[in-house]
Amino acid sequence: MKPRQIRGVHVPHRKNTAGSHAVRMKDVKSVTIPLSMHIGAPDTPSVKVGDEVKVGQKIAEGGYMSSPIYASISGKVKKIDTELMSNGYYIQNVTIESDGQMTPYEGAVPPVIESYADFIAAVRDSGVVGLGGAGFPTAVKLNVKDLSQIEEFVINGAECEPYITSDTITMTYRAGQVERGLELLKKHMQAKKIIIAIEDNKPDAIETMKRITANDPVCSVCVLKSSYPQGAEKVLIYNTTGKIVPEGKLPLDVGVVVMNVTSLATLAEYVETGMPLVAKCVTVDGSAVAQPKNVVAPIGTSLLDVFEFAGGFKCAPAKVLYGGPMMGIAVPNLRQPILKSTNAILAFDHVDGEKPAEGPCIRCGRCVNHCPMGLNPPMISKAMRSKDNEALAELKVNLCMECGACVFVCPAKRNMIQRHKLAKSDLRAWQQKQAEQKKREEEAKAKEEGGKNG
Amino acid sequence: MGEKLILTVSPHFTGKRTTQNIMLDVILALAPAVIVSVILFGLRAIAVYASTVISAVVFEYAFDRITKKENTIKDLSAIITGLLLAMNLPVTIPLWQAVVGTFFAIVIVKCLFGGLGKNFANPAIVGRIVMLLAFTSAMSAAPSFLGSVDAVSSATPLAVINSGDIRSLSLMKLFLGQCSGALGETCAAALLLGGLYLIIRDVISWHTPVTFIATVYLGSLIVTGSPYEALLCILSGGLFLGAIFMATDYVTTPTTKWGQVVFGIGCGLLTFIIRFWGSYPEGVSFSILLMNILTPFIDKWTRKKPFGGIAA
Repeated sequence: MKPRQIRGVHVPHRKNTAGSHAVRMKDVKSVTIPLSMHIGAPDTPSVKVGDEVKVGQKIAEGGYMSSPIYASISGKVKKIDTELMSNGYYIQNVTIESDGQMTPYEGAVPPVIESYADFIAAVRDSGVVGLGGAGFPTAVKLNVKDLSQIEEFVINGAECEPYITSDTITMTYRAGQVERGLELLKKHMQAKKIIIAIEDNKPDAIETMKRITANDPVCSVCVLKSSYPQGAEKVLIYNTTGKIVPEGKLPLDVGVVVMNVTSLATLAEYVETGMPLVAKCVTVDGSAVAQPKNVVAPIGTSLLDVFEFAGGFKCAPAKVLYGGPMMGIAVPNLRQPILKSTNAILAFDHVDGEKPAEGPCIRCGRCVNHCPMGLNPPMISKAMRSKDNEALAELKVNLCMECGACVFVCPAKRNMIQRHKLAKSDLRAWQQKQAEQKKREEEAKAKEEGGKNG
Repeated sequence: MGEKLILTVSPHFTGKRTTQNIMLDVILALAPAVIVSVILFGLRAIAVYASTVISAVVFEYAFDRITKKENTIKDLSAIITGLLLAMNLPVTIPLWQAVVGTFFAIVIVKCLFGGLGKNFANPAIVGRIVMLLAFTSAMSAAPSFLGSVDAVSSATPLAVINSGDIRSLSLMKLFLGQCSGALGETCAAALLLGGLYLIIRDVISWHTPVTFIATVYLGSLIVTGSPYEALLCILSGGLFLGAIFMATDYVTTPTTKWGQVVFGIGCGLLTFIIRFWGSYPEGVSFSILLMNILTPFIDKWTRKKPFGGIAA
């Protein structure tokens, strides 16, 4: 029996670019590669200004919770500096000026995998992180103490955001790599069950994935209803396996590992060819874009270069996003680079770019009835306004994944996500303070008791 | 590309529904009942509607100007309050009284509490109750519809039921509104049509109206012991108007589906108790007002359990 589905919202699909091959960008003059494109500590550069680098050569590495970064074009390291990025942090960047050759690095050879440890090392060397947008280092995710605790792998090909089709392109045109990726999971992760989850608005992708998994006792395709946010990790796990990931726990705690389909294909590509993650397929679309298409761009290419390569703008862009319109991040300028986890860059005109004015909440309950996490945005806003952190904790604002379904359905166009983001950080700060105070009190108590005994 | 780009927090997409187009849908849904009332009660009905709607808009506009707030009349909610209040008045009501009622509804109940979305009670209902208490005789008039046999006045169906002469009522006449009563409450058919429109347009859910009306039906069935008489009971008075248009007001009723069920049953029980044992013939307004007060608690009790949440 199929488990009950979490109710989402119907966002317009606008998958204009689903049916065509991605175009590869060849002539990039320079790239600026940020040294933090993953969750965890930033990498430290292993090259210096003036060094000659080739495509696939390692230029930065970090600790356990990180992912190595490779040169995406061949040429000379021009500068290493720190710049303010769209996530609000100052991050070190390596700028490489192209020699126009795109010479592959001779050290980029397929890894030899003989054990589980070799496999994890290969995953790490592939430079792959959660390519769906989260950027969690895949080597950390797959490094599991006891492989038998993994009951299911869920391969995320839901791609529920409007416009984005880069995962669809992966499934339709890189099916061979996905297939080899599945083999890797079976061989090295002892996968017992692999579910490829796809929304029903991608018939081509469903067909190819069904073809490669036909007669496979381990792998299956799960066709999901097109509803936003179907691809959100907790929603996806529930809608494919019926399991609920409790608050503060990881999917692994309920025996599930979720992997983005493009991450899997990229990993397979590395194992096969030895070329790590140096280029990314991104969907270029939006109301200001002249010719929507998918572009394979070297990581670090500026958004302006990618837009111009794709055919330029129809009109001056008013708002430019990394990712889809529901959760994408607006960028301050077009110098921002393509990141590992960038799956789309969208440019909108003034009509789509301006946010509608906020009206008063009329308590219609649409947000309450559409929140996939079962939260209550009006109560959260109220608790936040009165700085009631206890209420915020009880209302579980920390569970908000900022999918934006509430704002999408809100007739008053209230900016709940902005409030929830602030409420979450307020709550975290308050809880930290509470914990510290508790610790101090306990210490004082212990001291007092120690004094008595002494 | 020297032009500055817009930076906002996600999402960068919003749906088509706006406060204004929801309000417009409600006005459209009220239209059949309004038109029928003009046909039934004559042209003076138009004067009553005009006095409440125009004064509602003027009061809200004036309040915004005097308190130096942003002009809010374009959200159309004042028009709905005006329409609903008029629908709760007899056609013979002196117009100045209607304006006083509107003042209470708009200024006291809505604007002073902070405007749209902040009032805890339904403005039109409080307006009606204030008028009922202040102008009892004018409000209790039961003008008959045009073309009825007794041209001056006749008892309202609820008065007939209370007096025990229930057999004299005709189901079909009640359904089509050919009976005496307030302007917009008599024609159940037109009200149902509007309710159906609102449900199809996803403006309201069926939960409150259905549970409200069903509870009154069941209560009447138990007391009268006759399914036919119970049907007469639910078709008389302001039950359909209240259940479909006033108990589904977003601002003053619960947001969760279960909360709406609780609200509907609560309203139904109170209405039924007031109708059969209270000293007023009609209890719809009072029951909705009482449940309005309970709404924050109902919302709290019926709050959904967060997905995967553990006790704090």
